[in-house]
Amino acid sequence: MTLPPILAALKKHKAGVMLITLQIALTLAIVCNAVFIIGQRIDRIERPSGINENNLFLITQSWVGAPTGDDAGSVDKLDAMQQEDVATLRNLPDVESAISINTLPLLNSTWSGGIGLKPDQQSSTAQAAFYFGTDEMIPALGLKLVAGRNFTRSDVNHMGFRGHNRPPIVIVTKALADKLFPKGDALGKTIYVDRDTPSTIVGIVERMQVPSPDSWANDWFWNSVLIPTRLDAGFARYAVRSKPGRLDAAMREAPKALFASNPMRVIETGDNFEDTSVHSFADIRTHAYRADRGMAILMGVICLILLCVTAAGIVGLTSFWVGQRRKQIGIRRALGATRNDILRYFQTENLMIAGVGVVLGAILAVGLNLWMMKQFAMDRMSLLYVLVGVIALLVLGQGAVFAPARRASRVSPVEATRSV
Amino acid sequence: MFAYYLDLALRSLKRHKALTGLMIITIGFGVAASMTTWSVFRAVSGDPIPWKSSKLYVPQIDAWGPAVQKNNPDPEKGPPDALSYGDAVALMRDHRGKLQSAMYMISPSIVPAVAGQHPLNTLGHAVFSEFFPMVDVPFKYGSGWSAADDEHRAQVAVISSKINRKVFGGGDSVGKTINIDGHDYRVVGVMDEWNPQPRFYDVVNTGGFLQQDEGVLLPFNTAIAASMSNDGNTNCYESPKETGFVGLQHSSCIWNEYMVELDSASAAQEYKAYLEGFARERHPGWAPNVRLRGLMAWLDHAHVVPPDTRISLYVALGLLLVCLVNTAGLLLAKFLRRSSEIGVRRALGASRREIYTQFLVEAGMVGLAGGALGLVLTGLGIAGVGWVLPRDIAALARLDVTLFLTTLAVAIIATMLAGLYPTMRAAAVQPAWQLKSN
Repeated sequence: MTLPPILAALKKHKAGVMLITLQIALTLAIVCNAVFIIGQRIDRIERPSGINENNLFLITQSWVGAPTGDDAGSVDKLDAMQQEDVATLRNLPDVESAISINTLPLLNSTWSGGIGLKPDQQSSTAQAAFYFGTDEMIPALGLKLVAGRNFTRSDVNHMGFRGHNRPPIVIVTKALADKLFPKGDALGKTIYVDRDTPSTIVGIVERMQVPSPDSWANDWFWNSVLIPTRLDAGFARYAVRSKPGRLDAAMREAPKALFASNPMRVIETGDNFEDTSVHSFADIRTHAYRADRGMAILMGVICLILLCVTAAGIVGLTSFWVGQRRKQIGIRRALGATRNDILRYFQTENLMIAGVGVVLGAILAVGLNLWMMKQFAMDRMSLLYVLVGVIALLVLGQGAVFAPARRASRVSPVEATRSV
Repeated sequence: MFAYYLDLALRSLKRHKALTGLMIITIGFGVAASMTTWSVFRAVSGDPIPWKSSKLYVPQIDAWGPAVQKNNPDPEKGPPDALSYGDAVALMRDHRGKLQSAMYMISPSIVPAVAGQHPLNTLGHAVFSEFFPMVDVPFKYGSGWSAADDEHRAQVAVISSKINRKVFGGGDSVGKTINIDGHDYRVVGVMDEWNPQPRFYDVVNTGGFLQQDEGVLLPFNTAIAASMSNDGNTNCYESPKETGFVGLQHSSCIWNEYMVELDSASAAQEYKAYLEGFARERHPGWAPNVRLRGLMAWLDHAHVVPPDTRISLYVALGLLLVCLVNTAGLLLAKFLRRSSEIGVRRALGASRREIYTQFLVEAGMVGLAGGALGLVLTGLGIAGVGWVLPRDIAALARLDVTLFLTTLAVAIIATMLAGLYPTMRAAAVQPAWQLKSN
């Protein structure tokens, strides 16, 4: 098989060849970028939160007419109300553990700040999110302590919601410890979470996501600080773990028990995640990544349609060419070309068209990615995506051309003798 | 003659059923993907208050100074998106706009008058009296409160129709008493259904889109006096010196939104000049760094349109482009295969123009059929966006007359564009050459 006859034939359909080449190029460029987006979203969704999510649920509630929390007396009152609620929840038969905590991973509600290594540092060394709770945070959330110690009961104090965040001791995630102290000697070191008050790192946990799953926290996603302080406000959050298999029952019973102990409070049922409500952690996770999952599905659907359209286009166009060239095929067959020769002719033709298409497409794909990086602050696409896309489209082309090419190979040599 | 072309087109399309079907499906999917993503984009990028968006402005003042700006990752390094309490209140006191209001987000509990019902949570804003005429809040009963109420910290409230139904069972509740966070307020107004998208007066805290509507509006000074704390974002460069809500009010933390109505561009220029003087006076430590953005520019600056929505639209338009290239290729092959037919028609006296009409009619018919399929698929797509997009955004996408007509028009025009080159080639066929070769 030599190429010149194929090239000569292609020259006869310049416009058609150019259109199909362009189509393959555009398809490759779009599919590569769409698959890249899908890959990124899946990576995001699959990030582990660092906590044990099984049988976990969250109650967000607020008290009606609660003390303001602006003076020491009312802060103490709020603290007592909070501890009473935790005790109520712990006494439920289906509940394994219950703690009060200001927020949870994936919940979005965030208290974050800059961490410094020196007092009054002008620009902070790392950004981090704060989790306020007690010595029970680590066991109740299933966090893994990899160095140092947990807080003890006597480390824990409490303060108003708008109090000063000046903890004498903290526990940090490994990611934050490594960022602050790259030599790996963070344990026992002093950091500044409130500009001028030193805090000693007494423990390091393996992993805990910050509360926001959104892109603004991407750069400091694993930087969390645990602070042994109960936050007292007109609202409170309780992370409750039910006994295995009793999640639904515990989620039903918990609000009832809280209302029974004090009816002047708001706990709503509903979809609103910003609000006072009861949600399983599984629901919180679904809600947090809903947009990412949706984007991945949308890109997947568009890729599928694109590939189908392009495959169908190749089938359609090749079929036409086969129909047009029946006489020529007949002549070639009559002159001794085998069926395989004819089959290979169309396959080679397609490979050439697709070959040019994928080269153009690869350049377009990279260009499109660069443009999206500029427009949407997207990451650089690995060339692996382009490579896989190139192979996939070449295979797609060969697959699509097979049926019409086989039909061509079955053209009988007698066709040569017939006029059109 | 047109009827004859329709007939010819139908016959030709019927002759190659598979190919015709392929073109129709291609156009249908391409159009449906674009229209579905466009319907979402249209919904989130729209003007929430078209009759006066050109008169509404959002001022920004740098309350933190260049030392903090140095660490600002934003290359534009504009001032923060919200104001400190001190700046917001001082702007209100100066009262230089036609209408203006400082505001902050609140989330108070409402205790129903009916015994035995659990208290309910609501979302709202603490605002000044001029908020109501400025953003054209629609009222079912009553109205907003007066400037004197602002001044005297009156215990008054404007509530939504929904809250009115839940608490009072509906009806004209003006003058009734409502218990908000344990305090009694007199209802002065009940809003009509009002849920502007995006929530233009406070995109900082809502991110633009909220399903939950504005439940209650209270006078700013009254809410401050009641220590009703801010439920929106609080951004601090340094911790407040004092604790509690009062400490927050005395701090440089930013948590107040602000909107001002100005009648003309020259009024806006004057206001901008005033802002600079204001910043110089309030923050003498650094050169004034202020912005005054019109509402639409402000929404753009706040990235109210989610990047995902834009990316989806672009990718779907890319899909449509591929579909059109595909259709152009197929039409080309189809038309050129009929060269002999064209030759005969030309030899029998048909002009080039008539050939053009004939083939464009054929392309248009493919477009029409593709558009019809596209409409069905767009309907399915819009029904399905709730499944893939965040609910607050998905709820905004609808199939209306505009979308209906746009879908059909896009399908027909796009297919005819795709058919233009193939038609040109068809019309260029030389009759003599075709007749000879047969």
